Amino acid sequence: MQSFKDTWTMAKRSLKHIVRSMDTIITVVLMPIAFMLLFIYVFGGAIGIQTGSVKYIDFIVPGIIIMTVVSGIGYAAVRLSMDLQKGIINRFRTMPVAPSSILGGQALSSTLSNLFSSFMVLIAAFALGFRSHSGVNEWLAFIGILALFTLATTWLAIFFGLLAKSMEGAGAFSYILLLLIFISPAFVPTTSITPFLRGFANNQPMTPIVETMRSLLTSGAAGNRVWAALAWSVGILLVSYFSSLWIYRRKTIVVNG
Amino acid sequence: METAIEVNELRKAYKNNTVLDGISFSVQKGSIFAMLGSNGAGKTTTINILTTLIKADGGTAIVSGFDVAKQPDKVRKQISLTGQFAAVDAILTGRENLELIADMRHESNSAKIATDLLNKFDLTEASDRRVMTYSGGMRRRLDIAMSLIGEPPVIFFDEPTTGLDPEARNDMWRTIRALAKNGTTVFLTTQHLEEADELADKITILNHGKIVASGTATELKKLMPNGLIRLAFHDEKQLKTAIRTLGERHKITKGDGLTLTVTTVGSVKQVADVFTELRDADIEPAEFSQKVPTLDDVFLKVIGDGKEGK
Repeated sequence: MQSFKDTWTMAKRSLKHIVRSMDTIITVVLMPIAFMLLFIYVFGGAIGIQTGSVKYIDFIVPGIIIMTVVSGIGYAAVRLSMDLQKGIINRFRTMPVAPSSILGGQALSSTLSNLFSSFMVLIAAFALGFRSHSGVNEWLAFIGILALFTLATTWLAIFFGLLAKSMEGAGAFSYILLLLIFISPAFVPTTSITPFLRGFANNQPMTPIVETMRSLLTSGAAGNRVWAALAWSVGILLVSYFSSLWIYRRKTIVVNG
Repeated sequence: METAIEVNELRKAYKNNTVLDGISFSVQKGSIFAMLGSNGAGKTTTINILTTLIKADGGTAIVSGFDVAKQPDKVRKQISLTGQFAAVDAILTGRENLELIADMRHESNSAKIATDLLNKFDLTEASDRRVMTYSGGMRRRLDIAMSLIGEPPVIFFDEPTTGLDPEARNDMWRTIRALAKNGTTVFLTTQHLEEADELADKITILNHGKIVASGTATELKKLMPNGLIRLAFHDEKQLKTAIRTLGERHKITKGDGLTLTVTTVGSVKQVADVFTELRDADIEPAEFSQKVPTLDDVFLKVIGDGKEGK
């Protein structure tokens, strides 16, 4: 119980940091919206023919939401890296609060703020013509998978934030995830991807996650990739969580001002 | 008297670089203990081990009855650390910083604790401003206020007055004295002998990871001979003549500028000899005085002895 309270104490601190840097939230929300516009009005005409009965905007919204989360978690890594370079982290480390709560607070605040950003992007998507006929259960399942994916990749961000030597380097790993989104069926059907990359695209973690989320919104069912989506998310979550704590406990933090 | 900190044969090395070479000391409960040393002597490493930030390679350290290596969680409930750099959250306000720490220490009334400390440290007016707008002195005061929350029985200060102006330094000294008066054990590191002399009940001098001397300020000063004669000269030529004249039979140390310190055993005969030799060589110093040993002299002497021993 105490550790939940501690985690919430740390999350509140981190949420204040997030709310007080509105520019980062705006960047996180605007970038996917800009991509959405680009895909619909510039590339959409050429790609949209291949998505069959599904409208192209409906096809890309899950990928756009994932993109929102991936660019948002980069800031979690930057915030953590910033903390590590300031004296405050050594104060926290000499206090009777578990490392899992100190890092967990960052994970919680990042998950909440990224869900908020996703919500904003979703509103923009509706304004641009996105529609879903799915029921409450499918939407809840969609939110559940999104939350799990966000939590898992946030812990991945924390892992990279702990490894990074500088604040600038801390956020760089999100570009790799961004690249994974592009080599997945997020914006184009994998059948249109060159055979050399198609095998990779079909088997990388983003694919089942994007496909499950899309399936929930467009066909009203989770589809056959849901277990792969859950397995990847839980796997990333567990590995990043335990490796982050392992590194944090062993890290000697040299504070220099 | 109870001990608050007990350190035995503590060792730490980074690769081939030995930082702590088996140091032992103990700190009485409710006293102020100063660890004195130059940069790189191992002071911060000692603090980092005692505050559970890093692990020692060997030896034991007990803080408030708990082993820092085996029971770090218990130790963390007993201590707080005020590091060399103000450990404050610049994005939060002063009040939010204090409430955060109070919440982390599981205090029941964090709002009241924050209000009281803001008052005590003269930060009430700035309490709802973000800390990034604070001056260095204000940050430092907030930093200390944060360290006092929960009234930990042992407080560590790593070079608490480095970079402070004289007024802020005096405030810090007052705070530290008040803490010890109320029964808190204070462990501080410093590069300034004056600070150790001013505050500490017990001083230990650390040099290259070894304790080279320890005791009260008075005890340490006794390590120095009493018969120091300080001479100042008019010019370089006169100084050189004096060095040549006195250097034959006395132990002399060149000081800053045109000064010279002659070490005697303190006997009338030897002091008379020094002045007779000066008169015979027709040297009239600009100034002469008998010098009372300061901690500076002790520090330079024990560190000098360490070098000769190598």
